[in-house]
This record gives sequence, structure tokens and C-alpha cells, in this order.
Amino acid sequence: MAVQSDIVDDVGPYDRAKALSAFKLGDVTFYWITRLSAISVLLILGGIIISLIVGAFPAMKEFGFAFLWTQRWAPSADPPVLGALGPMYGTLVTSFIAMLIAIPVGLGIAIFLTELCPQWLRRPIGMAIELLAGIPSIIYGMWGFFVLGPFLANTFQPFMIKIFDGVPVLGAIFAGPPSYLSLFNAALILSIMVLPFITSISVDVFKTVPPVLKEAAYGVGCTTWEVVRSVVIPYTRVGIIGGVMLALGRALGETMAVTFIIGNSFRISSSIFAPGTTISAAIASEFAESDGLHQSGLILLGLLLFVLTFFVLSGARLMLMRLDKKAGK
Amino acid sequence: MSEMSVSVSTASVHPGSQPLPEAPAKVTVRNLNFYYGEHHALKNINLTLGANRVTAFIGPSGCGKSTLLRIFNRMYDLYPGQRATGQLMLDQTNILDPKLDLNLLRARVGMVFQKPTPFPMTIYENIAFGIRLYEKISKSEMDGRVEKALRGGALWNEVKDKLNASGLSLSGGQQQRLCIARTVAVRPEVILFDEPCSALDPISTAKVEELIQELSEDYTIAIVTHNMQQAARVSDKTAFMYLGELIEFDDTSKIFTSPTDRRTQDYITGRFG
Repeated sequence: MAVQSDIVDDVGPYDRAKALSAFKLGDVTFYWITRLSAISVLLILGGIIISLIVGAFPAMKEFGFAFLWTQRWAPSADPPVLGALGPMYGTLVTSFIAMLIAIPVGLGIAIFLTELCPQWLRRPIGMAIELLAGIPSIIYGMWGFFVLGPFLANTFQPFMIKIFDGVPVLGAIFAGPPSYLSLFNAALILSIMVLPFITSISVDVFKTVPPVLKEAAYGVGCTTWEVVRSVVIPYTRVGIIGGVMLALGRALGETMAVTFIIGNSFRISSSIFAPGTTISAAIASEFAESDGLHQSGLILLGLLLFVLTFFVLSGARLMLMRLDKKAGK
Repeated sequence: MSEMSVSVSTASVHPGSQPLPEAPAKVTVRNLNFYYGEHHALKNINLTLGANRVTAFIGPSGCGKSTLLRIFNRMYDLYPGQRATGQLMLDQTNILDPKLDLNLLRARVGMVFQKPTPFPMTIYENIAFGIRLYEKISKSEMDGRVEKALRGGALWNEVKDKLNASGLSLSGGQQQRLCIARTVAVRPEVILFDEPCSALDPISTAKVEELIQELSEDYTIAIVTHNMQQAARVSDKTAFMYLGELIEFDDTSKIFTSPTDRRTQDYITGRFG
């Protein structure tokens, strides 16, 4: 025993406080690095908003709130008239139709993959979905232009007109001369583009449902459909809505493919088969040759898209909170 | 040493486990074999579950007792590569019949799991959900059924003021009783308990055990447990399984006092397992 304590004395007492203070420095550094990273997000966001507002200011001053409900877009008129109603309408309608298609199909694929799909088919489908996400948007645009557009104009639209001819509201939605470039074409392409978001996120969250919970539901005699509807989807609701919001954000802002196939018309038509435009498509197609007030108007459009996206996403979040309340959480 | 342990176990065998008169068979198992892919998990099982009796399945981990339980409601069907051969009758119904309506079977054979599994909905809905799968009844009738089920699960007094709270907001023991109530609500004939108390504290365990005793008046019960005291307390018959075989199946009092097989004796006295 004595010998051992001698050895310890030779080395010198172990300085615990000193060792700890080294850790402390590391801790403080770590804290500040993470903190600065987090703050930088706010700074970048704030910077973007400020520069948008500065750029949009001349247009704001010129057109005021009338910008929001003016349909006419005539930058070379004298004096120029700019209104955002057309692009806003196009953005909301294309995104809405895209989600209308993509949510059920995306969830359906996810349910099939996790609950019903035979093992050997799971990988091919899963990989196809991932590949879908990897296709550059310009490819979607070209495909929409050369393949989907003609099909919609020559086959699908006449078919819909035939069915809904004379029906109030619905008749007007599908009416009009055939056009390769249309809101509906853009919406369809958008729905394909956002499908992987909804599917892959839903698959991931569906996998988090404890098997024993599903067994319990099967155990009271549920069919697969009842298990999915009453247990799997409620259990993963937050994750699904997260995926849908991500997809919606993408749909609202998607530019290249939409610019290609939407027709860039600022006129609002009741028909979804008529050409239209979206905010991002309008900016993309006009920004390069714009200047002065015209450019400022386009920046104001960009700011509007920012605000629009913000409201749509917070609306989705609000809906989520109300759902939680209803579920008794 | 071993004799001492045996007598300890004997002391806790509940009074009702004096051999009851032989009950009519509710579930009959004949030459049952089960495979996980190539793995032969259950070998030639023969036994009967008596109507309105509690049958306990004990044995070391991996002996196949949960596997056996999961055959009774064909839960294994959810997973590819698992299959059963032999004969398994619920009254006159062949449970292994591939054409059998599984939803109806699972309505007749309810199951309570190791971990509490309340559905992500309100307490009321947790019960009403199962009933609605089979019956279309009015709101007031449903209220009655929900109350009856919750009383059956010995939970009514604790939750009657918060039926609209989430089932997940309950404590673990309450959740497990909610799951039992949910199972009872569907009016099954057989209830399977797969280690129902392994995630519960002693007080909740006592409540659930008491509940199992009461339920045996109306239902045929099979319970898998790692806790031999629990098997001794709640069951009328006990089956000891080892390595996929049924080693011994007899009255609980007999299994815990004078088992005939050496391995049973070793297991209940704690030599292995």
C-alpha cells in the first residue's frame, strides 16, 4: 500500500480542476459554434427579406395594394401597369391541383410499400421513387411540353369537355380551346415532382409505427385498410403533414418545369386547360430583360411568393395544432 | 435446496387452483408444428384449453410459448415465411383453415400484448373503435357498451371524467387495462395474454391479475408469463414448454408441487431459465 502511494506522489497530484477547465473551454466553444450556426439562419432569412423589400420598394410605392388585385400586366405600357393577380392565382391553383393529386397517390404508394407490398417488389418501387426525385426539373418541363401537353390537349381535354359539357362550374373549368401549355399541364408535372417527397417521408414515418400497435389493431379484427386509417395514419399524422408541407413548399416555388409548360399568360381564365403563369415562372421568364419599375415589380412578386408560402405553411401548421386538440392531446 | 424453492412456490398457489372439474374443451391443439422459415419452432404440440379456465404457458425465453399464443389468432399470418401445420380447433372452427375470415377469428380470439398498445385516439374511441368494426349501434348504446367495457377492465372509475383524453395520456398500468377493456368490448370467446404485466409495476400487476381471474368467469384465457408466481396465482392449468416442445401440461397446483418431468422441476425451482 505504502509503495503505491509513493508512486502517485512522484507523478504529482492529479489536477482535476485544471482538467475540467479544459473541458469547460471546449464546451463554451462548442456552445458558441452551434449558437452562431443557428443565428446565421435568422440573419440570412432577414437579409433576404430586407433586400427583397428594398428592391420591391419602387413598385410598392407606384402601385400600392392595387398590385394585389390588378390582373393587367403591361410593363411597356405608358404609364406601365403591373398586377400580381394572375401569377398569384396561377401559383395557388397549380399547387392546389398538384397536391390534390400527389397527396392521395403519394400516401397510397407509401401504404402499399410498407403494408402490402411483397418483399421482392419493395426495392424496385422504392428505387423508382428515389429516381423520380433525382430527375432535374428541366427534364420534367420538356416531357410536359412534348408528351403530356399534346396528350392533354388532344385526348384528355376533349374527353373531359364531353363529360362535363353543360354542367355548371365544372363545365367552365374544363372548357376552352385545346392548348399544349396550360395550368393543368403544369399542375400535373408538379404533382409528379412532389410525389417523391410525400412518398418517401410517409414511408419513413410509417416505418416508425410499432409493429405491436399494428398487431393490436389486427388483433381486434381490423382489416389492413382499417389499421392504416385508424392507427397508422393518426399515429404518423405529424410526419405526414410535414412531408406534405415540404411538397407544398416545393410546388409553390418550382420554376423551371413550370415556366416551360404553363404558357406565361397573365390573364386569368376559368378553365384549367388555359395557359396561365405562376409567380416564379413570371419572374424567370421576364427578369433577364427587365429594368427599372418592371424589375422592381418582379421583385415585389418574389416578395409576394415569400409571403404566400409563409401563410400557406403556417396555415398547415395551424391545422395540425387543431387536429392535435381534436385527438385529445 | 430445490425442495425449499418448490415449497415457496406452493405457498403462493391460489386457493382456486385446487383441481377444478375438467372443463369442456374450447381450443384443441393436435400435432401442431410451427416454422419460422426453415426454423422448426414448435414441435408436435398437443393440448386443450378448457372453457372458462385460465391456462398459463411458462418456460425459458425462446421456448415457443409466445409463438404458440400467436397461432391461436393467426397473428403470424402478418409475416411472410411463417407457417403452421397440424390441427387447431376453436370449438368447431379450424383456425388453420387458409380460407378462414381472419377478422372474424380475431374478434373471437382477442389478444393483449406485452406492452400497452392504446390506439392514437381518445379513451372512448379506443373502446368504441373495436365495437364499431362489427356492430352498428346508436350513440347511447355505444356509451353503455364503452362504460361496460371500461368497468370490465376495472378502469371506469379512474377515467369516467376524461373519456375524451388521449389513451396515451394514461399511466402504463391504466393503458394496459384500457387494452384489456378494448379486447373485452369486442366480446371475444378467448383472450390471449402475452406477458401482460412485464412492463407494469407491482400494484398494476396485481390489478391486472385480479382482472384476469374475474374475466375467466366469462372467457377462456391463455396467458404467457415469465413470472412463475404469476402463473401459480392466476391459472388453473399450466403448460411448461422447453425448446419448442410441450414438456408438461397439468393442473397448476400439480405442476408447481409435484411435476413429473425433471426439466419442469428444474425450471420452476430456478435451476435454469
